[in-house]
Amino acid sequence: MCMRKMSTYNKTLGAAALMFAFGVAGANAADGPHFGQPISPADLAPWDISIGPDGVGLPAGSGTPAQGAQVYADHGCAACHGDKGSGGSGGPLVGGGPLNAPDKEAQKLIGNYWPYATTVFDFIRRAMPWQQPKTLSDNDVYAVTAYILALNKIVGEEDVINAETLPKVKMPNRDGFIIRYPEKH
Amino acid sequence: MRSRRNPRGEDAPQVAANGLLDRRALLGRGALIAGAMTAGAAGSLTGAAAEPLSNGPWSLAPGVPVPPYGQPSKYEAKVVRTLSNPKLESRTSGARTPHHLLNGTITPNGLHFVVARGGETNVDPETHRFVIHGLVKQPMVWTVDALHRYPMVSRITFLECGGNSAPLYSKEPIQASVQALHGLSSCAEWTGVLLSTLLDEVGVDPKAKWMIAESADLPTMNRSIPVAKAWDDAMIALYQNGEALNPSNGYPMRLLLPGYEGNMNVKWLRRIKLVESPVMAINESKQYTILLASGKAWQFYYPQEVKSFITRPSPGVNLQGPGFYEITGIAYSGNGRISKVEISADGGKSWARAALNEPVLSKAFTRFRLPWNWDGRPVVLQSRATDEAGNVQPTREALIADRGPPRSTPNVLAFPMEHFNAITSWGVDAKGEVSHVYA
Repeated sequence: MCMRKMSTYNKTLGAAALMFAFGVAGANAADGPHFGQPISPADLAPWDISIGPDGVGLPAGSGTPAQGAQVYADHGCAACHGDKGSGGSGGPLVGGGPLNAPDKEAQKLIGNYWPYATTVFDFIRRAMPWQQPKTLSDNDVYAVTAYILALNKIVGEEDVINAETLPKVKMPNRDGFIIRYPEKH
Repeated sequence: MRSRRNPRGEDAPQVAANGLLDRRALLGRGALIAGAMTAGAAGSLTGAAAEPLSNGPWSLAPGVPVPPYGQPSKYEAKVVRTLSNPKLESRTSGARTPHHLLNGTITPNGLHFVVARGGETNVDPETHRFVIHGLVKQPMVWTVDALHRYPMVSRITFLECGGNSAPLYSKEPIQASVQALHGLSSCAEWTGVLLSTLLDEVGVDPKAKWMIAESADLPTMNRSIPVAKAWDDAMIALYQNGEALNPSNGYPMRLLLPGYEGNMNVKWLRRIKLVESPVMAINESKQYTILLASGKAWQFYYPQEVKSFITRPSPGVNLQGPGFYEITGIAYSGNGRISKVEISADGGKSWARAALNEPVLSKAFTRFRLPWNWDGRPVVLQSRATDEAGNVQPTREALIADRGPPRSTPNVLAFPMEHFNAITSWGVDAKGEVSHVYA
C-alpha cells in the first residue's frame, strides 16, 4: 500500500532547498544565504558549558565532601533528594543495588549506573538546584559533586575534587554499556 | 473460512479468524460495507425506527462572532492531554496524546505530546539566539528573524519519547487507556531550515563526528548527536502544522531529527557544538539507555523502531453489541515507511492485512483500517506493523526475552523500560468491554 509517488517527496523538497541558494552581496551565491553573524569564543563562553568525560571544559575551582555537605544543606537539596541523598521527588542520589536482580526493578542511580563522574558535575551546574539553576559557584558544584561521590563511597571523605581529579574518578558501572550507534541505525 | 455475500452477490470474505474482513471491503461505494453489515448479527441494523427530524436551536438563530483563534467545539471538551505533573512539582512534566479520541495522522498542536524537565517555558524570539561553534571554521550566531529568511523545507514526521509504551514492560497488564500506554508519540508537519544549510555556512571540521545540541530552558538539556544525521535529514523546525511551534514543543525553534528518539529533538534550541566524541550527558548515560537482562545497557539507541497500536476499539472505547466495526490505529517506524500492518482477532494465530491510508510517508504516522464483523464472542485484538527495511514489530514475549522479564507492576506513569515497541493486545469480552491483556 505504499504510495510510490510520495516516496521521493521529502528528498525532492530537501534537495530543492539545498540548491536554492540566495545571492548575497560579497558572498558566493553557491554558499547559501549567510545570515549568521560571526561570534568569538570569548563572547559565546557563557553558553559553552559542555564538559567531556575526559574533563575537557571543566572550570577552575575545587571542593571536598565536607564542603559539599554544607552546600547541600545551604541550598535545600534535601527537599527533593532527601537527607544525605536518600531520595524524594527528585530521586535518590545514593544506593541503587544490582542491575540484574531477578526480583527487583533496577534503579539507575549515580553509584550503580552512571558511567562518568563528569556527568554529575555537568548536570548539577546546568540544572540544579531546580528552583534556582545556574546559581551555584563552580567551587560549590565541585564540592557537592564530591559530597555525592563520597556518599556513594566512590571517593574518600578527604578527597579534593577539581578539574584534574574528577575525570580520573572511575565509576563502578563504567564498563556497563554497549554502544548501539552506529552498529544499527 | 466463512464468507459474507454483499448485495451484488460478491464475497466479502473473512480473511482471518473471528470476523476480520478483507481490507478492500472498505474501499469505495459502500456496497461491501453494507454487505458485511447485513451479514452481521441480526438485529443490529433493524432496531427501532428513527425519531422524526426537527430543527435544532442552531438552525433557528445566528451563531456567535467567529473568534480570532478557533477552538474545538465545546462538545469535544474531553479531548485533552493527560498531565503527569499538573502542579509543576520539581520533576519532569509529561502530557499524553489522546490517540483514542483522534483520527487521521496529524496531531493538533495543543494535543501533541510533551515531556519537559522544567515545565513549559516561554522564550522571547526577540532576544533568543542560536549559536553553532566548536570544530567549525567560523562560529556563528543567528537571531530568530535571520533563520526565518532561509529557504525552508517541510516534512511530516512523528516524534516519540524513548519511554513511550513503557507500561507494557510490567509483570501484569496495566489497565489504562491507549493514551496512558502509548500517548508519548505524536505526528505533525514541521517546517524549518535544514541543519545542513547552517553547517555549510559555519564550515565543519572533518574531525567533528558528533554535535552537542542544547536547550535554553531551566535544565539546559543537552544531547550528543552523530553529525551524519545533520547531513541526512535534521532540521531546525520553526513551524508546527503551519503555525509557529507551540511553546511546549520548543518555540521559537527546536531540533528535528526524523525517526530518532524524542529527547534528542532538543526544544528551545540555543546551541550546537561540533565535537569529536559524545559528551556523556545525563540524558544519554542515565536516561535513554536500555538495560538488558545481562545487567549491561545499550547506549546511543537512536531510531524509534517499528510500532503500531489499535486506537479503536481500545480500553474505554468499547463495542456496543455485535455487528460491524472498523478497527483502526496508528503505525510508524523511525527507519522509514510502513510497508504492512496486519490485524489479528485471535491473539496472533491468524492475521488479516489492514488498509493503509495514503500517503504513506517515511517516519510518519500511518493510519491503518480494517473492517470487522464481531459476532459477540470474546476475542483478543492485535496489530503488527512491518517497515520498508523489513523490521517486523516483535511480540511482547520476544522483546522481553531480549530485555529480561519485568520484575514488578509499576505505576502507569513510570518508565521501567525504553524503546519498547512490542505488539499490544486488547481483550474484548462478551459485553464488548475492552481491556489491556497479555497474549
